[in-house]
Amino acid sequence: MSRQALDAFAAGIESEVLEAIEIGARSGVDKRLATLTEDYADADALRRLAGQVRQHTLDHLDEYLASAEERLTSHGAQVHFAASPDRALEMILDIVRASGTRVITKSKSMASEELDLTRRLTEEGFEPVETDLGEFVVQLDGDRPSHIVKPIIHKNRRDVARSFERCGLGDYDDDPETITRRARAYMRDKFLDARVTMTGANFISAESGRVAVVTNEGNARFGLAAADVHIVLAGIDKVIPRDRDLALLLSLLIRSATGQRITSYVELVAGPRLADRPSGPREMHVIFLDANRSSVVGSDMAPILRCIRCGACMNACPVYRLSSGHAYRGVYPGPMGAVLGPLLAGNEGFAAVADLARASTFCGACRDVCPVDIPIPDLLARLRARSVREGVILARAGVPSMAGYLLLARHPRLWRLAMGLGRVLDWLPLRRLPLASIRAWFDSRTLPRWRGAQFRKDVKRGRREQEDG
Amino acid sequence: MADDRESVFASLRASLGRLERRTPYPDYPADAATPPARRGTGPGLFRQRLEAGNTIVIEGADALAGLLRDRGVRTGYCDPDLVPLLATALGPEFELRAGFDRNRADDYEFGITRASAGIVETGTLVLKDQHTSDRLGAVAPWIHVACLEGGRLHETLAQAFDDLGDDPNVVLVSGHSQTADVEGIMIHGVHGPGEQVCLLLESEKETETGP
Ligand code: SF4
Repeated sequence: MSRQALDAFAAGIESEVLEAIEIGARSGVDKRLATLTEDYADADALRRLAGQVRQHTLDHLDEYLASAEERLTSHGAQVHFAASPDRALEMILDIVRASGTRVITKSKSMASEELDLTRRLTEEGFEPVETDLGEFVVQLDGDRPSHIVKPIIHKNRRDVARSFERCGLGDYDDDPETITRRARAYMRDKFLDARVTMTGANFISAESGRVAVVTNEGNARFGLAAADVHIVLAGIDKVIPRDRDLALLLSLLIRSATGQRITSYVELVAGPRLADRPSGPREMHVIFLDANRSSVVGSDMAPILRCIRCGACMNACPVYRLSSGHAYRGVYPGPMGAVLGPLLAGNEGFAAVADLARASTFCGACRDVCPVDIPIPDLLARLRARSVREGVILARAGVPSMAGYLLLARHPRLWRLAMGLGRVLDWLPLRRLPLASIRAWFDSRTLPRWRGAQFRKDVKRGRREQEDG
Repeated sequence: MADDRESVFASLRASLGRLERRTPYPDYPADAATPPARRGTGPGLFRQRLEAGNTIVIEGADALAGLLRDRGVRTGYCDPDLVPLLATALGPEFELRAGFDRNRADDYEFGITRASAGIVETGTLVLKDQHTSDRLGAVAPWIHVACLEGGRLHETLAQAFDDLGDDPNVVLVSGHSQTADVEGIMIHGVHGPGEQVCLLLESEKETETGP
């Protein structure tokens, strides 16, 4: 294979899609930066603080998870643990069958994507309805979200209007307000019909068991007003130590995700409704999904589990912007997905997605924007090293041999000679060399003019100047 | 339902057992993320922040009658405890229903419920289950009127999180329902209210402090 799977995918993307992604990602970058700069003199200090809170939680996850379970149970919620996505699906099916519902309303949840939940509930004869507008369009199209915060970043209003028309939600009209009103009207009946509503969790406090869910649309809020049963599906990594940490983490999450200071709604759910209230779920289930997370804590890859799913790293990533989230072939796209995807795939699944760690220029933009200070480039480098150690063929595709570099790097004289002669490269027709991997490399890159040997010269000159005083 | 609790915890403990050192919990003030420019409290600042965040602020029942008249609406849900107070003040022109019939959800043009507190930092209304007579009445109608009596204010988000108590369902509401999912264009009124109103029933004479 002469090129990386991600490069091959990127080469086939239509320019309209790339343009939509570029606009969406850039506005995310700009809004985040504007709010953080206006609000904080030293946002980096806050990022480090939040990173430490998250890392502390992961390093004590057994205790905090047990505490969250105990608190939730004491409030009348039922807590379940699922080792794998399939086990979580079984648990969800048991709950929805017992409820007697057919319609299930669902708020956005990336964990549910790990289960391929909407499709599988439909196969089982239920009618799951994605109520987040973006996720609803994804569902209508049988598509996949391509961004963890903006699921349809890859679509423009014309695409959405065509989907609505095709699915019988009115004649073609690409006015975003009309689209939104139609979705509202359609979804209201579903909300009122559904006896079960599902949400993810942005955070779960170990101190109180409180589940925090942020939305702007109010879909989680409507679901939590209209349904009888509430199912929360959350990775075990969503736990945080105390309620007080919510102020710090929500402030950073929301600013990093949308550039807002707070979303329209923050739901804080600790259990079923008060007995004397006429509406709200009588039953609450929290399913903690492991899916290999427990083997990542305690390892040198654990920092990726600090992730609070803000999407800032993908907005900032030049590779994501030129390849789209779908190029990452999994639930989680962008820099965080390139790390998390191969880890959640477990030892058995690693080889099939290990190439994702190559989807980076190592520019470090992801690390610089991450609200929980995850050193994503370091983690990618560790995954690359692992794929080499394990001899993963897929991850080597399109990567030129490093044997020449190895030889030079081990022999200083040869290195000096090569640096001197390197100027020749400016004149050689490298692009035309009959080597597939070199051609693939040049497909998307240009070599700058040769500047080799400059470093040695500068060092020598510095030394001379020092000696001369 | 059999679940995988034991295997998940066993795996976690095995992984964590490998750690030589565990990251300590950092010592930090709970309001570390409150921007300096957003500190300060008092009804005036609160009102300003609410309005900046798409919440319409009105004072007194007359103002409410004016707003509802202006929107051309007359039938809505109202917290039964507030009906005696508001029905007289609003007059017979408006029909306040003290129950929310979910089979006729579209009949309710507005919903009036109580808010438990406000957060000055973010211009937020706190709706606790113990003070919300019907969650559906607050979320389903196009206009939601949250009555804040006595002006209970938290200066920061951190203070509000410190005061959650054991309420099973607290919603922080900052403005109307909105989406930017289609080409990033902001549209209001997706599933929740398209207009969020805060009715201040008696403004407390609190001392105003600036940021
Ligand atoms: S890795 Fe960091 S920047 Fe990327 S989604 Fe997670 S929290 Fe956000």
